Amino acid sequence: MTAPPDGWVKSERQRERERLRGRRSIRSGSIATASTVVVIVLLAWAFTGSPGWPRVRETFFDSERFAEALPDVLSGFLLNVKIFLIAEPLILVVGLLVALARTLRAPVFFPLRALAVAYTDVFRGVPTILVIYLVGFGLPALGLRGVPADLATLGVIALTLSYGAYVAEVFRAGIDSVHPSQWAAARSLGLTHGKTMRHVVVPQAVRRVVPPLLNDFVSLQKDTALVATIGPLEALRQAQIHASSTFNYTPYLVAALLFILLTVPMARFTDYLAVRSQRRRGR
Amino acid sequence: MSLLTVEGVWKNYRGHSVLRGVDLSVGAHEVVCLIGASGSGKSTLLRCVNLLETVDDGTIHLEGEEITAVRVDVDEVRRRMGIVFQAFNLFPHMTVLDNITLAPRRVHGVGRERAEHHARELLARFGLADKAGSYPDQLSGGQQQRVAIIRAMATRPRLMLLDEVTSALDPALVREVLGIIRELREGGMTMILTTHEMGFCREIADTVCFLDDGVLLERGTPEQIFTDPREPRTRAFLRSVLGDRGP
Repeated sequence: MTAPPDGWVKSERQRERERLRGRRSIRSGSIATASTVVVIVLLAWAFTGSPGWPRVRETFFDSERFAEALPDVLSGFLLNVKIFLIAEPLILVVGLLVALARTLRAPVFFPLRALAVAYTDVFRGVPTILVIYLVGFGLPALGLRGVPADLATLGVIALTLSYGAYVAEVFRAGIDSVHPSQWAAARSLGLTHGKTMRHVVVPQAVRRVVPPLLNDFVSLQKDTALVATIGPLEALRQAQIHASSTFNYTPYLVAALLFILLTVPMARFTDYLAVRSQRRRGR
Repeated sequence: MSLLTVEGVWKNYRGHSVLRGVDLSVGAHEVVCLIGASGSGKSTLLRCVNLLETVDDGTIHLEGEEITAVRVDVDEVRRRMGIVFQAFNLFPHMTVLDNITLAPRRVHGVGRERAEHHARELLARFGLADKAGSYPDQLSGGQQQRVAIIRAMATRPRLMLLDEVTSALDPALVREVLGIIRELREGGMTMILTTHEMGFCREIADTVCFLDDGVLLERGTPEQIFTDPREPRTRAFLRSVLGDRGP
């Protein structure tokens, strides 16, 4: 709180107003708490009261199996984190380059532009899991030299191809959202197309697309589990192994909890950035 | 020889002609003021001169070179001109200093130190020395427009184009912007400006041109245009904007 300005003595009317506001905010706080408790109790009652509950509890919420699976699933999860951390910067680079290629107007660049359009059309259209299959099994089958054999690396390539197309579109939307007058101002100062892009348009575009980009990355974090389909021992794969040996599905719950632990902070960070930029615009 | 020669320029938008064969010549150190109703083609003419619009017919020569030629290097031509817009168009993600030094550094290859030194000099000259580190949205409209003019000047252009630079400002801020234009004139800058400020136009212009529906209808000294216009359309326009003070 900042100190009150000189010469201002709070009037009796203002003090009465603040008392009423305080009372009202206490009341809304208690209503929110009470209704939350009621909802939780109702949900718990509906679940545990259902006829199949004992069976479900046994197969999904077995604390013994939970403890047993945790170390393996956790070590598998570290691979998910690694795939995510390597794929994310690659996706940003691919996405930005493709978006920039689509803005090129000179005739020499026509093939590049066409390629960029084809790339985004194809990889946004094909389900991520299919891209992972095609890259994971198809790419090594070509027998080309230099193609990595490591399954996790192939997974990173597939995720980069798939998400690169989405992120390219996000960047392109950002670039398009910079007002034409900014182009006019930069070009009139003698800046070339490339320099206008680099110094004027892209910096403004990137700032605008940070929240949607983070949203795509929340989605990427959980899609790293799709890489399980081609075999590397990440969290979902480890959970599958445990589940199939005991016919108990609790290991899946372990994996799900780990993914939530990773994505929730990212989601909250996205919210925070969105609120911040809104506040800034309101200034 | 004139610095800029516009000959028979046409500009069409969707079947409607905004400029219909405009001729205009501007000598070195001359200040030309374009007046006319909204939609008469004043801004379009400036945008054509800056090559932000391509002309549909006619030619424009700058320092004897035809800049409307197909093969002309547009970026090189623009380096010799500065343009200031009604809406300032400062770069919001850059400080005032970076806005001003962007073109000198990235286009003209001036070193950072020299560019910044020159920028600070210009800022100090126009009473904005303390704003070098501010961002555009922290400045008033008048300050932003002065920065925009300084940004256009920083590349030492041979011709300045000022498009309604005071129209987005309230009267108190108009004065500070007009002050800077006055100084430019004293420094011998060649300028073409469009404005609704008739008093200022009369004071600063060497030549006043009246555009009417895409045609340059009348050209003369401010004295002649404002007191004794030849064309009835000019007279009618001045009456409508000046009221009793008109001719």
